Amino acid sequence: MPKQLSRLIIVFAVLAGGMLFARHRLLPKTFGERGHYRAAAVTTIQNLPVKYAGREVCAGCHAEIAAMHSENRHQSVSCEVCHGPAAAHTESPTEVQLPKPNKRAGCPLCHRYDPSRPTGFPQIDPQTHNPMKPCITCHNPHRPETPHVPGECGACHGEIARTKAVSRHAGLDCNQCHNAPVKHKITPREVRPEKPRTRAFCAKCHGSDANSPKEIPRINLETHGGRYLCWQCHYPHMPEGV
Amino acid sequence: MEGREDRKQAGMKSRRDFLRTWPAAGLALLVGLKFKAVELWAAAEAAYNPREHRYGMGIDVAKCIGCGRCVEACKNENDVPREPFYFRTWVERYFINGSGETTVDSPNGGIEGFPPTTQEKGILRTFFVPKLCNHCDDPPCVQVCPVGATFSTEDGVILVDKDYCVGCRYCVQACPYGARFVDPRTKTAEKCTFCYHRITKGMQPACVEVCPTGARVFGDLKQRSSPLARFQRFRKLHTLKPHLNTKPKVFYADLDEEVR
Repeated sequence: MPKQLSRLIIVFAVLAGGMLFARHRLLPKTFGERGHYRAAAVTTIQNLPVKYAGREVCAGCHAEIAAMHSENRHQSVSCEVCHGPAAAHTESPTEVQLPKPNKRAGCPLCHRYDPSRPTGFPQIDPQTHNPMKPCITCHNPHRPETPHVPGECGACHGEIARTKAVSRHAGLDCNQCHNAPVKHKITPREVRPEKPRTRAFCAKCHGSDANSPKEIPRINLETHGGRYLCWQCHYPHMPEGV
Repeated sequence: MEGREDRKQAGMKSRRDFLRTWPAAGLALLVGLKFKAVELWAAAEAAYNPREHRYGMGIDVAKCIGCGRCVEACKNENDVPREPFYFRTWVERYFINGSGETTVDSPNGGIEGFPPTTQEKGILRTFFVPKLCNHCDDPPCVQVCPVGATFSTEDGVILVDKDYCVGCRYCVQACPYGARFVDPRTKTAEKCTFCYHRITKGMQPACVEVCPTGARVFGDLKQRSSPLARFQRFRKLHTLKPHLNTKPKVFYADLDEEVR
């Protein structure tokens, strides 16, 4: 073997050995066990403390409230939404007490009127809805039923009521088109109000031969709209041209 | 004598048989024991097997009421700094007006709810969209990490190794969803973990646990029947920025085109 080759082999061997040594020293201990990362990091993250106990744990002690709560429209609302993280309370129930958000601040987080909220979600305007009164004087958050039969449709259908109030249809009573049965106010989901179904209904005011005040815009049912029903183009709670 | 002879013969026969068969049987036994031991060891090693799971989330945009309880719960559960710049999840409010202009706001991530809007007139559509890390199957943030401190686990969750993160912020830049930030206390990258410490114990992520309307659905994509599986079967789903080929595992139902 030529001298220079054996020297070269020694140099490469030292380099390779040095690299292997460095790799052995520098590579984190569990690196590469499961992938291109330190497997121990997963365990560290897995062992982080849990702070929200989950509603099943709450039901273990507060069975009565949980049973009441599971039967009504707040059933999808977890205990910890209002009472905050409860894991510490489940470990030492007497030392750690959870807040009772019984002031007026808590409920509007979900129930204050906001046009971005989905239509039909119960919303109120905190400035006009019994101002200064804590919500729990009338509503039980564990069994949220309306304390008395609402007098006006706007109590629940706030978004529609507010929209209609500034529209040209402001003067119309809800019942003029909807004919809401009394039972709808008690069991809103079971008994539903009616809705107009035909073009002839709107034509009672808006038809060319209708017996109504002259200011009301008229259309000829024969030529206007074709196969479409009125409310497929016009929104009756806010007709255009405000 | 004959009987003894017989027995002897029988004995010799059985000895021969013994010599012929038992080594094989012993070997089989040893192999069996070894398998059993490996099995037991594996069971002890990992009662939770990440390879059996693949996590994802569904978001029902039409159900979100913008109460911000998810943001609050996330900050509590994961010890996220309370300053209004650091979020693992946040809620955005979209306004789309008649001329097609879109405005988005998210005051403090929506943690205190949203202030009443002043410009109610002229709104064509408006809605809330919860956002979080999309836990991409092809995550750009993992690709750019120079030290292998962020990675995709075997159950499809993207995590950060706090102890090896050097805080270079490449991943913050790389994430097309803005889901990452650098923790001002540790100077390391932080992000949503799908509450990995909860889901590996069979619990729901904190944001899903507290969502009052069920707008967030969490589950195992490998499970055939789960709320998420049902959500995937019956809803029209979208992901955010699909053109980037990141293959997100957060699926949005009723998502507006304007949402980015």
